[in-house]
Amino acid sequence: MAVAVGKAARVASRLRGGGSALPGLVVERLDPRFLTHALADLPRGVVVITGTNGKTTTTKMLVAILREHGLQVFSNPTGSNFTRGVISSMVAEISLSGRLEADMAVLELDEAHALKFAAEVKPTHALLLNVARDQLDRFAEIDHTAGLLAELAEQTTIGVVLNLNDSFVSRIAGRVREGVKVTYFGVDPSIADRLPELQEADVRFEDSFVPPEPTAADGLLKPHDERRFEVRFGPTDRVGPMVLKQRGLAAMINAAAATSMAKVLLGNEFRTVAAVAALQRVEPPFGRGEVIDAGGQPLELVLVKNPAGFTVALSTYGSTPVTTMVAINDNYADGRDVSWLYDVSFESLRGKGAALTTGVRAYDMALRLQYDDVAVAQVEPDLDVALERFLSEYADEPKRIFCTYTAMMALRRNLAGRYGLANFGEEAQP
Amino acid sequence: MSSQPSSHPSSKGQIKIVHIYPREMSIYGDLGNTRCLQSRLRWHGYDPLVHQHHPGSDFPMDAHLVLGGGGQDSGQARVQDDLAHNAPALRALAADGTAMLMICGMYQLFGNAFITIEGERLPGIGILDVTTQGNAKRMIGPVVLDTAYGDVVGYENHSGSTELGAGQRPFGLVRSGMGNNGTDKTEGAVTGNVFGSYLHGPVLPANHSFADALIKLAVERALGEPFVPGQIDDEIADQARTRQIRRLVG
Repeated sequence: MAVAVGKAARVASRLRGGGSALPGLVVERLDPRFLTHALADLPRGVVVITGTNGKTTTTKMLVAILREHGLQVFSNPTGSNFTRGVISSMVAEISLSGRLEADMAVLELDEAHALKFAAEVKPTHALLLNVARDQLDRFAEIDHTAGLLAELAEQTTIGVVLNLNDSFVSRIAGRVREGVKVTYFGVDPSIADRLPELQEADVRFEDSFVPPEPTAADGLLKPHDERRFEVRFGPTDRVGPMVLKQRGLAAMINAAAATSMAKVLLGNEFRTVAAVAALQRVEPPFGRGEVIDAGGQPLELVLVKNPAGFTVALSTYGSTPVTTMVAINDNYADGRDVSWLYDVSFESLRGKGAALTTGVRAYDMALRLQYDDVAVAQVEPDLDVALERFLSEYADEPKRIFCTYTAMMALRRNLAGRYGLANFGEEAQP
Repeated sequence: MSSQPSSHPSSKGQIKIVHIYPREMSIYGDLGNTRCLQSRLRWHGYDPLVHQHHPGSDFPMDAHLVLGGGGQDSGQARVQDDLAHNAPALRALAADGTAMLMICGMYQLFGNAFITIEGERLPGIGILDVTTQGNAKRMIGPVVLDTAYGDVVGYENHSGSTELGAGQRPFGLVRSGMGNNGTDKTEGAVTGNVFGSYLHGPVLPANHSFADALIKLAVERALGEPFVPGQIDDEIADQARTRQIRRLVG
């Protein structure tokens, strides 16, 4: 009954145009045990991926590797990473008997919702990526966020994969149940000096915890150059070299994380060639460096949501400065407090300056740039007006927009209409 | 839009800013207050010198302006001993008229005490006559205050509920938001030239009148002569502030 109602709600919400969590909300009301029933019987388990940054990219990568190995994988590809979003995705793929046709589930969940989810369904595996300041108005404190990840690890029944280089995450090794296997992903010691690009050293204090020496089960990122890299397992086992469609060190780390988890899940079935082929095909997810053709010139959209993420984005794109717009909203999904912009250094924009700042907090962003001596040519809070000016006044050059979540959603809708991009304005990109 | 002049040929004098516990007590962008004062001092023609005070060293007695921010409970625990050790120095500087701005967690620690939810009393250094009671519920959201420096905007995010002692002046009155405790409409505290407030944002860049008031106090203390402001184009900051005021109080 609940499934049929959910399917009807899904059709209804499609017709209304929007609201990917609505069918899930309907089913959750009707049958709160829905998740448990449908997921508990999956033969190869339920994998949860969480952490502050890189959840969506890593989930896409892991799903791609597993599917390349012939597994039928259920995931929540809508980027709607709350429990209801998971149910919404399931309603589409489930038979009316309530059975989910899949070998395993790989789910991206927000730190707080991962725990709510685990209260319903015990994950067999958990991949814990990192902890950074993000939307402190929701999670209040980083220590609190780290605690949520540790609690999730305690709920996990078969295996956890942890970030070796993030002490908030690697020390969770001591919190897992007896018999649960712990493996790690991380960076090769030769690039340890680049860790500050990926995490905030200022909130990680020296403590007595010493991460373990990596073993042959642990995947370490070894870049060859800006784009080419491999993931090393012990002295001889190499996955790669490969080049991702998504740029930057953060994406490479995500690939190391996904590969490490894939090895845990697949064991002897893991095939290096399949993993490399899958990873190289993964398209950048929603807002992580998507490039669209804007009247013959590339326009890149880069989602920024916290200091670590914005810093990584600036360092990733800093080597190729182009005409830039920054769009900052402060709705709930963006994080209502914009203080974090002062924990990001914008010096890499100094050379070319910023063409425009826009969004509800356009003037706060311009003020922030003023304090980093970055010239701002125009400030226009209205996103549509700003986009029009950005596209027309800089028509003949490559462009880039850094934007918060709701600003990106609005800009995508506008761009989808403008350039006739099917589905570009929608969240779902399966 | 114009950018500010990056430096002046001849400095009107050196001003020493001390940022207290920048590692442990600055997770909500409060470092922006230090950046702001540093830049504005330069734009006004002075030569800023920023010193970071970390736990385990003696507090510099030649500070002209002291800044502190908000941290996590674990950050507060890490600075507790150093703060107790340096309390006499900070009290002496405060009594002598040194300008100080303490935000959120450091505001609480500059008070008489923080009483945890469990009822444990953690002593503060008592420069401000305020006492904070831990709460299960956090007070979070954008804020507009009516202050001696005009309307001040910012963002609060605290679980402590702060009560002012008898006769303790607040920093401002709440026009929108929760303030010290969500009930008496007060926000922050001011004693002499020591300011405590819950406002992140960070508070100084958008509220430049308040920033310049702190600079004036620091300059007069450092050089023993009146503050001579430079020409600063604050149009962007004014827009940022007035738009927030319009959104929140109309």
